[in-house]
Amino acid sequence: MSTHLVTERPFAPAPLRARRRRGRLRVLLFLAPGLVGFGVFLIYPLVMTVWLSFTNSNMFSQAGFVGLRNYRYLLDGDPQIWHAIRNTGWLVAIMVPAQVLFALGVAMVTARLKAGASLFRTLFYLPALAPPVAATVAFVCMFNPNSGLVNRILGLLGIHGPLWFNSPDWSKPALTLLALWGSGTMMVIFLAALLEVPAELYEAAELDGAGSWHRFRYVTLPTISPVVLFATVTGVIAGLQYFTQAMVASQVANGNVQASPGYPDGSTLTYPQQLYIAGFNQFHAGYACALAVVLFVVAMGFTVVLLRRASGFDIEESPR
Amino acid sequence: MTTTYVPQAPARPTRAASPHRAARGRAGRRKTLIWIAEHAVAVGLACAFVGPIVFIFLTSVMTDGQSLTTNLWPHHWQWSNYRTVFSTAPVGTWLANTVVYAVAATAATLLSSVPIAYALARLRFRGRNAAFLCVITMMMLPPQVLVIPMYLMWARMHLTGTIWPLVIPSLFGDAFSVFLLRQFLLTVPEDYLNAARIDGCGELRVLTRVVLPMMRPALVAVGLFSFFNAWNDYYGPLIYTGETPAHWTLAVGLATFKTSHAVQWNLTMAATLIAMAPVIIVFFFAQKAFIEGVTLTGVKG
Repeated sequence: MSTHLVTERPFAPAPLRARRRRGRLRVLLFLAPGLVGFGVFLIYPLVMTVWLSFTNSNMFSQAGFVGLRNYRYLLDGDPQIWHAIRNTGWLVAIMVPAQVLFALGVAMVTARLKAGASLFRTLFYLPALAPPVAATVAFVCMFNPNSGLVNRILGLLGIHGPLWFNSPDWSKPALTLLALWGSGTMMVIFLAALLEVPAELYEAAELDGAGSWHRFRYVTLPTISPVVLFATVTGVIAGLQYFTQAMVASQVANGNVQASPGYPDGSTLTYPQQLYIAGFNQFHAGYACALAVVLFVVAMGFTVVLLRRASGFDIEESPR
Repeated sequence: MTTTYVPQAPARPTRAASPHRAARGRAGRRKTLIWIAEHAVAVGLACAFVGPIVFIFLTSVMTDGQSLTTNLWPHHWQWSNYRTVFSTAPVGTWLANTVVYAVAATAATLLSSVPIAYALARLRFRGRNAAFLCVITMMMLPPQVLVIPMYLMWARMHLTGTIWPLVIPSLFGDAFSVFLLRQFLLTVPEDYLNAARIDGCGELRVLTRVVLPMMRPALVAVGLFSFFNAWNDYYGPLIYTGETPAHWTLAVGLATFKTSHAVQWNLTMAATLIAMAPVIIVFFFAQKAFIEGVTLTGVKG
């Protein structure tokens, strides 16, 4: 209590109002670069995206207002967009859950290891840092139907391997395997959460006769579920942005100098790629912005889910 | 593990009261088997995770002819591939551009994000929660949403065709770095800061003299993440430098390396490994910082 009194004293002399004003100025000073960045690199382009989506802007000349025409073109007109939406939907609905489950499984195995756990964690995490372009090029080489390593291994097991990145049916599963290889970030997050589950809870559950499934279902899962939600939502948002790997895989697998987005057969054409093509290949900036607005609404929807369900970012936790 | 216990709680004393050696031996053997099974799964996974990197390396030192076959082990270790790569394509230029981009973006990010994170974590002001929500929004926002107006803005400043549109925004705070640093700052006990304030330090002095030295691990993590974010970035350099090959980064160059230079997999894998090498090397020296950083993003979730 006496120390409390001491801490109060140095703050006392300055008059209250002057101190408050100085405090506000200080906050402003600390936040200044962020506020500028927020205005110039978020608010301004966001407003412009919405405005341009109602125009026929073509990147070069002055834009004219066209009302909802870009959105109508999105709904029926663009021959590629539903392909792109279906592909991105596939990635969000299948690739992302696969990644979450796989990372959770690997984390659970790692959490149980008694020897070399940190070495294994290091090895499992490493590929997550590999440059996506480099990882994709390497995977196209490994999954190459003729000389690739994977089909050779499958061949030894008596399985006739598919064409992977050269087959419309197998290109997205191949990209999913690439995503699993790089899911180390999720794994590390899950592992940290698993190790924080209090051991007493497991002991109590065991005393009550809970089997391993029940221990997982009623002890592990409820404790780590905020982390799983966090990883899932950030995974979904990353899935909505999925661009690099799809673009590079189609380019390298196709082997043609001419760009061929979506190769093979449009099976890897994702929504952000379609946005890129509309804006930077066809120069339909207005239409690209309409696609961007839709992407913004969907991504923000998932972000709101995250912020409301996961007390997550402990926004309310303030220093005393 | 599960069947050693009879599912009803009252049955437990019976088991404890029967110290038959056979039963204990069986349980011990079971434990050993489980230990072996778990570690076997881990070793299998480790092979799957590390395998591709070994494969890249082995392919990168093969001859042209062998890289077309399914052979795994190089017959002849053709180290000169790494020299050939640099003469086949302007890999040196790409590498230099990537280093400039990554170093500049990292320096700018660290400089600008620390004060913002400090204000969000340690200063009290109205609208702080709203400001933090804005940071999260920026972090979650797909870059594609803003790309068209941003491109038009940089084009008006005649900066498209260079990497500067990718570096300059980091001077104004990077959302992910601010988030990570804030999470870390919340773990610093307020008492340290108050002690410095009692000694008459202003907030800036508190930040530079007390908080910054304590933040070393977080700064290392944020620095590494922003460095490799820039190093690995493909979308940004593609948008802004796609039309000017002299300004390409390694990621953009590597994406078209095989097709536009009509080379075999051996040279392609050599270029791939050049792009991966810094990440792998730095990771083994600084893996603790990486893993602590990742844990920090998720553990509060």
